[in-house]
Amino acid sequence: MIRVMLPYHLRTLAQCDAEVELNVDPPHTALAVIEALENKFPTLRGAILEHGSRQRRPKIRFFACKEDISHAAMNKPLHEDVVAGREAFMIVGAISGG
Amino acid sequence: MNKIRILVGTRKGAFIISSDGERSKWEIEGPHFGGWEIYHVAASPVNPDRLYASQSSDWFGQIIQRSDDGGKTWQQPGTAPDEPAPSQDSPTPAASNKFVYDVSEETGKPLTTHQWYDGTPHPWEFKRVWHLEPCHSDADVVYAGVEDAALFRSSDGGENWSELAGLRGHSTGMEWQPGAGGMCLHTILLDKNFPERIYVAISAAGAFRSDDGGETWRTITNGLVSDYIPDPTGEIGHCVHRLGMHPSNPEVLFMQKHWDVMRSDDRGENWHEVSGNLPSDFGFPIAVHAHEPSTIYVIPIKSDSEHYPPEGKLRVYRSRQGGDEWEALTNGLPQKNCYVNVLRDAMAIDTLDECGIYFGTTGGQIYCSPDSGDNWITVAANLPAVLSVEVQTLK
Repeated sequence: MIRVMLPYHLRTLAQCDAEVELNVDPPHTALAVIEALENKFPTLRGAILEHGSRQRRPKIRFFACKEDISHAAMNKPLHEDVVAGREAFMIVGAISGG
Repeated sequence: MNKIRILVGTRKGAFIISSDGERSKWEIEGPHFGGWEIYHVAASPVNPDRLYASQSSDWFGQIIQRSDDGGKTWQQPGTAPDEPAPSQDSPTPAASNKFVYDVSEETGKPLTTHQWYDGTPHPWEFKRVWHLEPCHSDADVVYAGVEDAALFRSSDGGENWSELAGLRGHSTGMEWQPGAGGMCLHTILLDKNFPERIYVAISAAGAFRSDDGGETWRTITNGLVSDYIPDPTGEIGHCVHRLGMHPSNPEVLFMQKHWDVMRSDDRGENWHEVSGNLPSDFGFPIAVHAHEPSTIYVIPIKSDSEHYPPEGKLRVYRSRQGGDEWEALTNGLPQKNCYVNVLRDAMAIDTLDECGIYFGTTGGQIYCSPDSGDNWITVAANLPAVLSVEVQTLK
């Protein structure tokens, strides 16, 4: 079970809590986590990854185990602590503006 | 008894404001989608309980919301919370926020760039929906004007969108440039009497007309003069802020341009200036009286760059001759120390016998005149900055 932390605006879109738990089939990658999230909450499609290109939206960042993995390959395996649910996969809105 | 419903889009959510036909007591409901920018909320002329809203965020992108009960409840079309997960065996799920430019061989054009502010080529990038225009005859058909400028159409209540690529593929498309607010398609006029005719306006490309339902387009800029561009009378480059049309007289169009209030008597083929005695010919919205096709309204704004009312006086100007001669309408509006702006989609009219005029400001006020502009009341004083105002007259 992978734990995912969502920012406020995505919570309001998905009508879910700040943390959601997802069953993700291997390989356990950032892309697999986002796709599982989109499947569980279809209203999030296009709000994290761009439609078409499937690239991370510019003002969204991904963190795991206190590391910024926003620029890592989307198909890179996630840290074992994230896969085991000991650490959350965090989706964060970039801090810019007031 | 008639009812009035004002649909307000703001920087921080949508509000629905209701009154009876007297228009003296108002009930404010909202914010809907609190914290999100709501560029536009629009109602279907066919089914007044069918509303569409454009919800957006620089962080999380574009969302389309739909209501079928007059704004009490909303959903993203085609994406109910309990929708089963898609699989290879099931159809592609609807994506109401999927606005993808058409680059197909069959219908798209091989356009990949427009001009950036400095004249260099810049790729077309979808940013948001500025304006939603529901069809006159089918509640499930709705058009969306987007940034970077393009026109999209949905025929299934906003579940799926396809680009009318002939517009962006116009021979001038690669020369279009953004205005200060981005390169947005902000105005869509549908001719109720000629369903194949569509007008659009783009900042800062100009104005365009299609007579074949959006397949092909022509510029309608003859007569426009913009001294701030290299070719002041060129085919494109004019920063058109808003178009207006009365449904009973669709040959006549009115335009608020970056500077100049303009009029065309031949569906945009030729324009002439009707700014007349306005204190400033700069402004954003322009509206036409519900029952008097030659009575028009503008709100002069000081520019360049100030973008607040001249002399700090918030004045609506009315012309009963279709322009040239204007009278200031001030009773009930602040006449000193007022430095708000009124954006292009933030003025609307109702269709009661005594026509009501409405507008919203960047200071969060909503004003209503229940008597065609002679007197004004404050409907709301402290909303977030208002981006758009639409009005429904309900039976």
